[in-house]
Amino acid sequence: MNVNQVAENLALSHQEELVDLPKNYPLSENEDEGDRDGERKHQKLLEAISSLDGKNRRKLAERSEASLKVSEFSVSSEGSGEKLVLADLLEPVKTSSSLATIKKQLNRVKSKKVVELPLNKEKIEQIHREVAFSKTSQVLSKWDPIILKNQQAEQLVFPLGKEQPAIAPIEHALSGWKARTPLEQEIFNLLHKNKQPVTDPLLTPMEKASLQAMSLEEAKMHRAELQRARALQSYYEAKARKEKKIKSKKYHRVVKKGKAKKALKEFEQLQKVNPTVALEEMEKIENARMMERMSLKHQNSGKWAKSKAIMAKYDLEARQAMQEQLAQNKELTQKLQVASESEEEEGGTEVEELLVPHVVNEVQMNVDGPNPWMFRSCTSDTKEAATQEDPEQLPELAAHEVSASGAEERPVAEEEILLREFEERQSLRKRSELNQDAEPASSQETKDSSSQEVLSELRALSQKLKEKHQSRKQKASSEGTVPQVQREEPAPEEAEPLLLQRSERVQTLEELEELGKEDCFQNKELPRPVLEGQQSERTPNNRPDAPKEKKEKEQLINLQNFLTTQSPSMRSLAVPTIIEELEDEEERDQRQMIKEAFAGDDVIRDFLKEKREAVEASKPKDVDLTLPGWGEWGGVGLKPSAKKRRQFLIKAPEGPPRKDKNLPNVIISEKRNIHAAAHQVQVLPYPFTHHRQFERTIQTPIGSTWNTQRAFQKLTTPKVVTKPGHIIKPIKAEDVGYQSSSRSDLPVIQRNPKRITTRHNKEEKLAGCSVSRL
Amino acid sequence: MQWPPPWRRSPLVSATPPPGPTTGLLCPRRVSEAGDSSTEGARTGHSHYVTPAESAMERRSQPFPSLRPASPTNAPAHGRGSDCTAKEPPLANVCRQNYGAAQDPVEPAGRRSASHVTGSSLGKAEVACGRRWRWAELVANSSWSPAGRATEMKVKMLSRNPDNYVRETKLDLQRVPRNYDPALHPFEVPREYVRALNATKLERVFAKPFLASLDGHRDGVNCLAKHPENLATVLSGACDGEVRIWNLTQRNCIRTIQAHEGFVRGICTRFCGTSFFTVGDDKTVKQWKMDGPGCGDEEEPLHTILGKTVYTGIDHHWKEAVFATCGQQVDIWDEQRTNPICSMTWGFDSISSVKFNPIETFLLGSCASDRNIVLYDMRQATPLKKVILDMRTNTICWNPMEAFIFTAANEDYNLYTFDMRALDTPVMVHMDHVSAVLDVDYSPTGKEFVSASFDKSIRIFPVDKSRSREVYHTKRMQHVICVKWTSDSKYIMCGSDEMNIRLWKANASEKLGVLTSREKAAKDYNQKLKEKFQHYPHIKRIARHRHLPKSIYSQIQEQRIMKEARRRKEVNRIKHSKPGSVPIVSEKKKHVVAVVK
Repeated sequence: MNVNQVAENLALSHQEELVDLPKNYPLSENEDEGDRDGERKHQKLLEAISSLDGKNRRKLAERSEASLKVSEFSVSSEGSGEKLVLADLLEPVKTSSSLATIKKQLNRVKSKKVVELPLNKEKIEQIHREVAFSKTSQVLSKWDPIILKNQQAEQLVFPLGKEQPAIAPIEHALSGWKARTPLEQEIFNLLHKNKQPVTDPLLTPMEKASLQAMSLEEAKMHRAELQRARALQSYYEAKARKEKKIKSKKYHRVVKKGKAKKALKEFEQLQKVNPTVALEEMEKIENARMMERMSLKHQNSGKWAKSKAIMAKYDLEARQAMQEQLAQNKELTQKLQVASESEEEEGGTEVEELLVPHVVNEVQMNVDGPNPWMFRSCTSDTKEAATQEDPEQLPELAAHEVSASGAEERPVAEEEILLREFEERQSLRKRSELNQDAEPASSQETKDSSSQEVLSELRALSQKLKEKHQSRKQKASSEGTVPQVQREEPAPEEAEPLLLQRSERVQTLEELEELGKEDCFQNKELPRPVLEGQQSERTPNNRPDAPKEKKEKEQLINLQNFLTTQSPSMRSLAVPTIIEELEDEEERDQRQMIKEAFAGDDVIRDFLKEKREAVEASKPKDVDLTLPGWGEWGGVGLKPSAKKRRQFLIKAPEGPPRKDKNLPNVIISEKRNIHAAAHQVQVLPYPFTHHRQFERTIQTPIGSTWNTQRAFQKLTTPKVVTKPGHIIKPIKAEDVGYQSSSRSDLPVIQRNPKRITTRHNKEEKLAGCSVSRL
Repeated sequence: MQWPPPWRRSPLVSATPPPGPTTGLLCPRRVSEAGDSSTEGARTGHSHYVTPAESAMERRSQPFPSLRPASPTNAPAHGRGSDCTAKEPPLANVCRQNYGAAQDPVEPAGRRSASHVTGSSLGKAEVACGRRWRWAELVANSSWSPAGRATEMKVKMLSRNPDNYVRETKLDLQRVPRNYDPALHPFEVPREYVRALNATKLERVFAKPFLASLDGHRDGVNCLAKHPENLATVLSGACDGEVRIWNLTQRNCIRTIQAHEGFVRGICTRFCGTSFFTVGDDKTVKQWKMDGPGCGDEEEPLHTILGKTVYTGIDHHWKEAVFATCGQQVDIWDEQRTNPICSMTWGFDSISSVKFNPIETFLLGSCASDRNIVLYDMRQATPLKKVILDMRTNTICWNPMEAFIFTAANEDYNLYTFDMRALDTPVMVHMDHVSAVLDVDYSPTGKEFVSASFDKSIRIFPVDKSRSREVYHTKRMQHVICVKWTSDSKYIMCGSDEMNIRLWKANASEKLGVLTSREKAAKDYNQKLKEKFQHYPHIKRIARHRHLPKSIYSQIQEQRIMKEARRRKEVNRIKHSKPGSVPIVSEKKKHVVAVVK
C-alpha cells in the first residue's frame, strides 16, 4: 500500500466525516481496476482509522449499502450479497413516491382524537331491542285497519278464508288430456274441426254471434219505433209545407212573434227547472245577439232608414219609425240579465252609440221614446247643460270632464253603465225628478252630494257591478298615469257615502249614550243646542236635494232631534228635581224595556196553566160506551139519546188526591208507576249517549210479526257465524289481501349457512350418541 | 189503539157514502184484475192495497217511523221493487185473507159493500182513502142512473191464480199470507219484551255445558294440545310423564305413551299435525309421531334432545319446522338439529311458558317467574320489550285474529289483555276469578277467551269486557291446570288436578247437532232479543244468574268486601290529603309495575 493512497484515503475519509457522505465513496477508476487486494487493504485501513475515534466511526462501519458500489459502467452486487435481478432495477421507478402516502396516513392518525370507548353490552342490547321493537310494532300496525273492520263488521263468518272447492276448470282437464282410444281421437277431431273453443268462454263463434244479435221482440219494438218516427216526420213535413204556402205577411209575423214569445216562456221555465239546459239556450241567444250586432239590419243604416232620416226632422212618424227600428235593434242586442255585464258589452254600447246618427239623437230629446238608451244620453246632455249654466262650477268640472273624456272614455262608460242600470230599474218619472233636483243645485257641494247620492243609489242597486268597477279601474291605472289621477278623484267619492253615514250614526249614538248617562247630563246642556242647530241646519240643506231613500235614512236623525228637543223643555225647572225625575224616568224606561222584552210571557200564569193541564191529564177519564144507532133509528145526524148516553157512560172512579194539591207552586208528577219501574231501565246503557237513542232501538221491533221475512232475516243476523266441524285457522295476511312476508321467520344467524355446517356435524354426532344412549 | 179499524167499522155503521178521509171505506180502485198476468196481478195488488196500510199509518201516531227498518209501509214497496215478489207473499193475497169480505171486489161481500156505497161502483169506483174529488167524479159520471149502471156493469169472474199461493219449488218459502199493518199487531215492545224474557229464561234452563269427562290419566293433567288438522284429536300430558291422545267423538283414549320421567311440562303439535313434541322434567325434548307404532313395535320418539336444564314449556312455530322451548332461557330449535338455533334471555329467572304469535309468526311471548312478560323477535334474535306486573304471570295467549293482542293469566286472580305495542297500560283487565289464573286460551274467532283457575272453575271472558260471561265448574273438578278452546270454537276442554279432562260447550245453552232452518231462525231471533233487552233489570238478573260452589261464592263475597275496603281507604286518603298529592291511578294502570325497554 503506498503512502499516497493512504493519504488520499485519509483525506477522503476526513472529507467523509465532514460532509457525511456515504461511506464507500466510489474511488477513481484506475484504483478500482488496479487490484482487488489493494481495495481490501484499503478497507482494512479505513476500518483501522475509523476505530481510532469513538462511537461515530463504528456506526459508519456498519453501514453497507448497495448504492456505494454502484458505478457508472458496471453493476456489482457485492454489498448486498444477493444476485441482482433485472426486476430489481425496474422497481424503483414505481415506488418513488411511496413515502408520501405513508406520511399522509401518519398525519391522519395524528390528527384523530382518542377513540371513544365502546358502549357496554347492556346498553348495546337495549338499543338493539328498542330498534327491533319499533320495527316490529311498525310491522304490526298494518293490521290495525283489518282489526277495526272486523270489529265493526255486521257479521263475521268463520273460517275467514273462502275455501275454494278444488275442482279444476274443464280447460285444464282438457289440456292435460291425451286421446288414446280411437273413439276419443274421433271426438277430438270433431271438436277441432268445429272450432270448439277449449278456453274460457265456452262459446263457438256462431253462438257468440247469435248472442250478440237482437232478440225478436227487441227487433219488433225497434221496427215499430222506426215506423212511428217516419210517420210523424211525414206528417210534420206536410204541415210545414202547408204553412209555408200561406202568403199572408201578417200571419207570418204573428207566427214569428208567437214563436218568440213561446221561446222566451220556455226559456224562463227552463231556467227554473233545468239551469244547465237553460245555459245552453242562453248561449244560443247570445249567438243570435252577436249576429244582430254584426249585421247592419236595424242600425238605421239601410236605404229605408236613410230616406227616413231625411224626413225625420220634420215628420214625427218617420222619427218614430226610426226609433222603432232602433228599439228593435236595442232589444235584439240587449244582453240577458243573467249574464254578468262585461267590458265587451260596454264597448258594444259605445259602438252602438256611435252608430246611431247624431241628428236623430238631437231630435229625440223632447220625445218620450221607448228607447231608454236614447233618453239617457239626452238626460246626460241636459245635465251637462245644467252644469255649464253654473259659472263657478265650470272650470273644475270642465277639468274633470276633460280628464275623463280626454284620457280615456272609460269612466264615462262606467257612468253610462251605472246610469243605464239605474234607468232600467227606475221609472221615467223618477229620473225626471232627479233631473229637476239636479238643476236647481247652485253650489258645488250640492252637486257633488247629489252625484254621490246617485252613485250610492246605483251602488246599492248594483253591488255586483261595483267589484268589476274596481277591477276595471285597476286596469285603467295600469294603463297610464293620467287615468290614475282621474281615478283618485272618484275613489273617495265612492268611499265617502259610507263614511258619512257612519259618522252621522256615531253622532246619534253618542247622543243616545248621553241620554243614558246621568252624570254628564248638565255638561252636555250647552253643546246640545249648538249641535241641534247644526243638525237643523244640515237637515234642510240635505232635504230638498236628497232623494227618497236618503230621506228615509235621515228620518232616524230627525227622530233623535225630536227626542233631544224634548229634554230642554224639561230642563227649564230646577235642576235636582229634574235629575230625579229623569232618574225615575230612566227606571221606568228600564222597566218598560224589560216589560217589552218579556212581553207575552207571564211565567206565573203559564205555570198555573201547566199545572191545571197536568191535573186534568192525570184525572181518570170516563168511558163512553154508547153505540150510536144501536137500538134506535139510524140516519144522518141522529144522535144517541141522553138516556142511552147516561146508561152507557162508565164514570171513572176518582183517584187518590194529588200530592201537590196544597202546594201551589209545585207540580208533582204522578206518572211514575212503581210496578212498571221494576221492568224499566234505570240508567242509560253504555254505548248510548241519549235516552232517545235507546228508546228508538227498543221501539223497533225485530220479530217476523212486524217485519217481512227478508227484513227479519236481516235484523236477526248473528254477529259471529261459525260452521260446525270447520277448523278456524288464525287470520293470515293472504286472507286479508296483504302479502305475506316471503322471508322465513328463522333468525338471521340460521340463514347464514356457513356457520352452521361446521356445527351441524358435531350436533349430528351428539344427537346420534344421545339417541344411542337412550 | 182502535179496534176494529175505522175502515172496517164505517160501512156497517153509516149508510151514507164515505164523505172524507176519515171513513176510509175500502173499495177497489181497480177491479179488472182477473185478466192480468200473474205477476202483474200481484203488483197491481200491491199498489192497490198499499193504501189501507198507509192510511192506517197516517192515522196511527208513529213515534219514530224513520228508524223502523222494514215498517209495513215499506214492506209492499220492498216487494214491488225487487225480484222478491215470487218469494214474498203478494199483498193482494194477503189482504184478501185479512180484511176479509169488505175489500175484495170479487167476493160477494165486497159487492155488497160496494153497492152499499154507490150502487154501481163496481166498475169504476175509486174511493180509496176517501178523496172528495173522486167522489165528485163519481157523481159526475152519472153512473147513478140504472141505465148507466147497466151499461157500465162488468161481471167479475172468480179467479184464483195459483201463482199467488203455490210455491215454485219445494225449496221456496211457504207463502204465508201476512198483513204487516202495525195496527193489527199492537204492543210490539211489550210483546218482544216478553219474548226476550222467555228466551233468557229458556237459555238458563237449557244451559247444560258439561259434555263429557275423559278419564284415564293416573295423575293430574298438566298440559293439553289440539290437533291442528283434526278436530276430534286431543293430546294431554300428565304429571306422571304420561301422554295420552284422545278421540273426542268416541270420548276415549286412543294412545298412551310414557313420554317422560316426572312431569310432562309442555306439549305441542307440529303445524301439519304429523308429529308432536313434549318436554318434561327429565330435561329432554322429544318428538313423537302422531300415528301410533305398528303392531309389535315399541313406542319410541322420533327424536330426543337432551338438554342441560329443565324445559318448562314448548310451542311450535305456525308455519316452519321450528319450535321454541323455555326454561332458563328461550331457545329456538330447528327440528333437524339438537342444538338451539338461538337462545334469548333477559334476566335470570326461569321462564314458565313461551308462545308463538299465530299471525306474525316471528313473534314470541314468554312469561317468567320474576313477574315479567317478555316479547321476542325471532328474526332478529332479540327480545323486544318486557313488562313487569304486580305478580307472576303463568301463561300468555295470543289472539288468533288480532296480531298484536295477547292475554296474560296472572297469579293475582286477574287476566290482562295487552296491546303489545303499548305495554304500559293493558287494554283490559279481566277479573272474576278468586284464585290464581293458571291457563288461558283464545277462541279461534278471537272474540272470547277461556281461563282456567286454581279456584276450580273455568271462565269465559269476552275480549272487550272485564267481567266473565260464563263460569263452569263441577263438584268434582279440582284446580284446573290447563284449558283449550277447540278449533271450531264450539267446545272447551280443561284438564285438572283430579286426572280428568272435561269437555264443555262454549255456549252453554246451545243445541248441538244440525239445526233446521226454523230452529236456526228462532235461535237467531232469541239471541237478538236477548241482546236488545239485555239492559232490562229482570232480563239482566236472569241472564247473569249462575250457581256457584260455596267456596267460590264466599270467596267472591270476601274479596268484594276487601276491594271495597281498599277503595274506601283510597278515597279517604285522597280526601284527607292535599289535593293532587295522592295520585289517582286507574284500575288498568295499577297492576303494571314497569315497562322495560
